Amino acid sequence: MKRCWLCRAGLLLLLLSAALWLYWPALYRPAIADSVLPMSPAQIERGAYLARAGNCIACHTQPGAPEYSGGRRIATPFGDVYSSNLTPDVDTGLGAWRAADFYRALHEGRSRDGRLLTPAFPYPNYTRITRADSDALLAYLRTLPPVRRAPRAAELRFPYNTSLALQLWRRLYFRPAEFAADAQRSASWNRGAYLVDGLGHCNACHARRDWLGGVRDSRAYAGGEIAGLDWEALPLTREPPLDDAQAGEWLALLSSGVSQRHAVSGPMAEVVFHSLQYLHREDLAAMIEYLRSLPGEAQTPKPDRINARLLQTLQQRGEQVYGEHCADCHGEQGEGKPSHYPALAGSRLLGSPSPANAIRIVLYGGYPPSTAANPMPYGMPPFRPQLRDEDVAAVLTYVRSAWGNQAGAVLPAQVAKR
Amino acid sequence: MRVLAAAVLSLLLASAAAQAQDQAMAERLKPCAACHGEGGHSRDEVYYPSIAGKPQGYLQQQLRNFREGRRHNTVMAELLAPLSDDYLRAIAAYYAQQPPTLAAREPVADAALLARGAKLVREGDAARQLPACSRCHGGQLAGVQPAIPSLAGLGRDYLSAQLGAWRSGVRQALAPDCMAQIARKLDEAEINALSAYIAALPVNAQTRPAEHPDGKLPLDCGSVP
Ligand code: HEC
Ligand code: HEC
Ligand code: HEC
Ligand code: HEC
Ligand code: HEC
Repeated sequence: MKRCWLCRAGLLLLLLSAALWLYWPALYRPAIADSVLPMSPAQIERGAYLARAGNCIACHTQPGAPEYSGGRRIATPFGDVYSSNLTPDVDTGLGAWRAADFYRALHEGRSRDGRLLTPAFPYPNYTRITRADSDALLAYLRTLPPVRRAPRAAELRFPYNTSLALQLWRRLYFRPAEFAADAQRSASWNRGAYLVDGLGHCNACHARRDWLGGVRDSRAYAGGEIAGLDWEALPLTREPPLDDAQAGEWLALLSSGVSQRHAVSGPMAEVVFHSLQYLHREDLAAMIEYLRSLPGEAQTPKPDRINARLLQTLQQRGEQVYGEHCADCHGEQGEGKPSHYPALAGSRLLGSPSPANAIRIVLYGGYPPSTAANPMPYGMPPFRPQLRDEDVAAVLTYVRSAWGNQAGAVLPAQVAKR
Repeated sequence: MRVLAAAVLSLLLASAAAQAQDQAMAERLKPCAACHGEGGHSRDEVYYPSIAGKPQGYLQQQLRNFREGRRHNTVMAELLAPLSDDYLRAIAAYYAQQPPTLAAREPVADAALLARGAKLVREGDAARQLPACSRCHGGQLAGVQPAIPSLAGLGRDYLSAQLGAWRSGVRQALAPDCMAQIARKLDEAEINALSAYIAALPVNAQTRPAEHPDGKLPLDCGSVP
């Protein structure tokens, strides 16, 4: 009898401390002061620039609908979420929002009415945004034409649609914290860190995620498969670190979508199209300076474990397919044609252990983005209408091991899955 | 004499430059050629419509429709996603300048079916307020600048698929969507007759879109300025 009293008390204590652990951040919330928004042209222009850097437009515009009026579907592994209307319409948009409400949404991931927002809205990154930048963003959004368009409710599966699940997720992966500059580092390094970790939310794609879709270390840009997109984001940190020539290539890639030897594709082409091409060169250079300083993992090529005869057949057939269908653009030696057709020799995309991106590109083709420096890009044809799965696997096996490339073979079954 | 030579030379140079520009555009549009053929002349009308020689405004609008989800083809939508509106205009201009595709026609033996199709195309059905197709698409069904496409030259399966897609809402044009109103008035048998008749019509090199519509359009169409 006595023992059971003890265990009940113990259980109660356990539950209480679990609840306290879970809800502590919600109980302890510093008040956020409101401010009068200065609406000067300089402030508005700064807000417009920050909105580009944060790529708000891409998620908050449904194709075919007015810009920033929301309703775009964002697919997550837990169900679909729809973006909100950011135009200044009073009933359905941000028309009635105060500067403090807006900062709280970015900083704490809470809506004006206190509702917890889903992390499909990248507030784990935007929490770094300073109050001054938040005010500038809102000042800009207030200048948009108001559009009446009620946001659509999220369609998440049980148990992810419960507030408890969201509360738990936030407890595990989210701490509201504005960016804190590192006094040991240069001003440009700090600017880069602010843009990459914060507004640019590069780790939304370039981080390795765990099974709950969480990022344990926000500065680990090790890359990985992007949930719901069927693309792999490449690692942004390297071992050995990027040299100056490669850093120069990246600057060209991020500002124009193409460099002498590379081109961005798929989701990254859209990031450059909507966002990065509009950033000042110093800001892009700062972002690259920051990324170069982070530690990376060395990539050691794994030896192929497939039958040597099969490998040889794939490579021979692949060489033939390459000569017939690819060499015109990518060159006999995979050298490409500067800034129109990327080199395949030394391609990072091809060299990735996972052939996911390479298979996708060959099957479905793609264009790098239209940018001021490259308004009418050349494109890669989709080969799905022309080549059989075996031929796609063969040509990829060939290009992944020719001209010094050292990635593994691709089997027809891997192609058939896409 | 010198003046003349200079004029001829500059003309030649200009046309050489235009040709080089055309070639550069063809090279840029290799991804499109994988399905729509070189210069927009499809080799497989059943799956991929020819796009050569169609009015520029119409083509540009279709590219936006695919990008913005009013028409559906995943590969095209992804290809177009990172391209600017200016580039889409240049792409449309390139295909609009190409000579129309002289596709092999699809002859049909069933005279009653053809007669039924011909009547709908040329006269419509006043009782149901169904206007004749030719009132908008032009007497030769060769289209009208800048936004009404030719029907002559399209394949039979493609035609019936498009009319079916409009009827079910899968294909949409800018509102007011006149083609959706028209397609919803047609039944399966009528769509079959129309498609058979149009796909059997001859196309020759002179079949180019008319400059102006023949009078006022019988319905308002959002994509026609
Ligand atoms: C990766 C996609 C994505 C990006 C980029 C993005 N958002 Fe959002 N945003 C969302 C989604 C999805 C929601 C809705 C979340 C929900 O309802 O739980 C949202 C919600 C919001 C809200 C809350 C609105 C409300 O009614 O509660 C604000 C404010 C907001 N976003 C502002 C911004 C700003 C400013 C930027 C650019 C700096 C931005 N967003 C960039 C996806 C995004
Ligand atoms: C929507 C997902 C997404 C976001 C957000 C994103 N990327 Fe990417 N990124 C990708 C994918 C996918 C690739 C691989 C395809 C390619 O190389 O173009 C890539 C490739 C890159 C590359 C080329 C890597 C190499 O070694 O060649 C760079 C550089 C890059 N991203 C930088 C960034 C930066 C900086 C940001 C933040 C401002 C960012 N990305 C945000 C998806 C994304
Ligand atoms: C008409 C010219 C053309 C042909 C033919 C062509 N490609 Fe490409 N390829 C491109 C362009 C342009 C890109 C850049 C696409 C992008 O940025 O989305 C590209 C990108 C690629 C990439 C990604 C490289 C990187 O580092 O980003 C691979 C892999 C590739 N092509 C393989 C092939 C193979 C294999 C074939 C033959 C089956 C082929 N290509 C045929 C033009 C071509
Ligand atoms: C994978 C094959 C494929 C590729 C690649 C492709 N298309 Fe298409 N395209 C189609 C199909 C299929 C349709 C008809 C869709 C339908 O049924 O509505 C179409 C329709 C069109 C139309 C509308 C034609 C009409 O008469 O209404 C235009 C214009 C067009 N494509 C242009 C392009 C351009 C420009 C590109 C290159 C950027 C391109 N397509 C690439 C398959 C493709
Ligand atoms: C009131 C004017 C009007 C009439 C009448 C009309 N059309 Fe159209 N049609 C249009 C317009 C405008 C478009 C272009 C729509 C767009 O922008 O997508 C079009 C497009 C089409 C297309 C798509 C062509 C392609 O290349 O994909 C088909 C097929 C078509 N019409 C068939 C018909 C038929 C059959 C009839 C008669 C039963 C008809 N139309 C009557 C205005 C009309």
